[in-house]
Amino acid sequence: MNGVSTIAARELRAYFATPLAYVFIVIFLALMGVFTFYIGGFYEAEQADLSAFFNFHPWLYLFLVPAISMRLWAEERKSGSIELLMTLPVTTGQAVIGKYLAAWAFTGVALALTFPIWLTVNYLGDPDNGVILAAYIGSLLMAGGFLAIGSCISAANKNQVVAFIITVVICFLFLLAGFPLVLDFFGGWAPQALVDTIASLSFRTHFESISKGIIDLRDVVYFAMVIAAWLYATVVVIELKKAD
Amino acid sequence: MIRAESLTRQYGPLTAVDNISFTVQPGEVLGFLGPNGAGKTTTMRMLAGFVAPTSGRAEICGFSVEDQPLEAKRRLGYLPEGAPSYGEMTPRQFLGFIARVRGLEGERRRSRLDDVIGRLHLDGVMDQRIETLSKGFRRRVGLAQAIIHDPPVLILDEPTDGLDPNQKHEVRELINTMAKDKIIVISTHILEEVNAVCTRAIIIASGRIVADETPDELVRRSRYHNAVTLRFEAATALKAASASLRALPGVDHIEADEAGRSITAFPKDGTVIITAVADLAAAEHWALEQLHLESGRMDEVFRSITEQEAVR
Repeated sequence: MNGVSTIAARELRAYFATPLAYVFIVIFLALMGVFTFYIGGFYEAEQADLSAFFNFHPWLYLFLVPAISMRLWAEERKSGSIELLMTLPVTTGQAVIGKYLAAWAFTGVALALTFPIWLTVNYLGDPDNGVILAAYIGSLLMAGGFLAIGSCISAANKNQVVAFIITVVICFLFLLAGFPLVLDFFGGWAPQALVDTIASLSFRTHFESISKGIIDLRDVVYFAMVIAAWLYATVVVIELKKAD
Repeated sequence: MIRAESLTRQYGPLTAVDNISFTVQPGEVLGFLGPNGAGKTTTMRMLAGFVAPTSGRAEICGFSVEDQPLEAKRRLGYLPEGAPSYGEMTPRQFLGFIARVRGLEGERRRSRLDDVIGRLHLDGVMDQRIETLSKGFRRRVGLAQAIIHDPPVLILDEPTDGLDPNQKHEVRELINTMAKDKIIVISTHILEEVNAVCTRAIIIASGRIVADETPDELVRRSRYHNAVTLRFEAATALKAASASLRALPGVDHIEADEAGRSITAFPKDGTVIITAVADLAAAEHWALEQLHLESGRMDEVFRSITEQEAVR
């Protein structure tokens, strides 16, 4: 466990050693504001909840999370520091989890910095803060899922731009699975069980169900499994490709 | 002890390392020599557990690198080729990170950090980002991380690459002071380094071991071993001297260099001819600027061994 926390701490510090962290946080917060107030119509809805805010999280994450995850392993491989890391007395699993946790914690920090919108809605009205908390948790879990996908893709590519693009595409598929566009396509002919299965694979379906305020164990388990599976894949990919 | 047993690594159709076996005992400093692309780095990576061998096995202090990687890695200090590190960190942060991952705590961490900072003269750059440091300092930071946990086994891939002559000298001193009780493997293509620090040299060509000897033995393979070179004051004396040198018993053949005003006499089968040559020079009253015994030329041995291998 010592290896995991040491690696996570180093990694998290590395984010803030470069402008990347600050640029990311500023863009993240600015886009959150734009989506919530202009596109989401937060004021026009005149409702004391944050659905206008959370509705856009999947779309924002689709592009912003791969921007964090793309450097996770691609940079280590490009600079050669992976050789240093992999010859230290830590297992590949510890290194993968440590770096992943740092990226997740960083996203958590960015997400936490959206707190003014929570203050705003509490000032303007009397929202159900339980629902808001659940939605925040759901949002963090969803970001974790995207990051785990990105971790694996980053491990498979030396080139960060390629890692970014592939991650966006795969995350897009995971999101899209829950949209009427896809579900209607299958709904016309496929058995309901298949449609449900596809819908149940979607990040969006699970995120929305959590953000309604009910933290269902099934949704949490879903994200936990997605994360575990992609991190396991990351370990496998690194074992195969670390020295290439 | 380091043990390599039939280490082989293939990259697709290319065999980078072909059935290499050797053991290294404490107190030995093993130099890996070989042309670029001969398989030095791949071999070291297999010893360090970064590259898995296609077949064969490596052992560090009795622990299999593949089956007990953590135990093996704990006992190993490794400087990868090019001394990679995290450029956005300062040496202080970086070495602190390595020390922590290596499980050094509290007082022990502080004393080990002070020790390596002192040994590698890093005091002045501890708070600069590594990416802004010169190549020489980056290499020294890499060496510092390799020795921070005072490991019994050190594997250093080109430890003096990119250093200036003074820094090279310092790193060799460092290796020499650590050599007594450690097992050290270095790779280099600077041949003088082998004489300066190694007790044993392995030459690799095309992934195979083509020589495994002490540096002295290697040098003895040179055709220059025990040859005698004479430099004359005037080139006119060369012709007469050539004839009498050639007639000297024990001399196999001579090579004259008109422009350099010098003659080199090569002995038959490495016999010692220096006294005979010196006596002859005295008897014939040659006007000499220089007369010296050649011990052998490492670069020539290296070339002849590795080129033979390439032809094969």
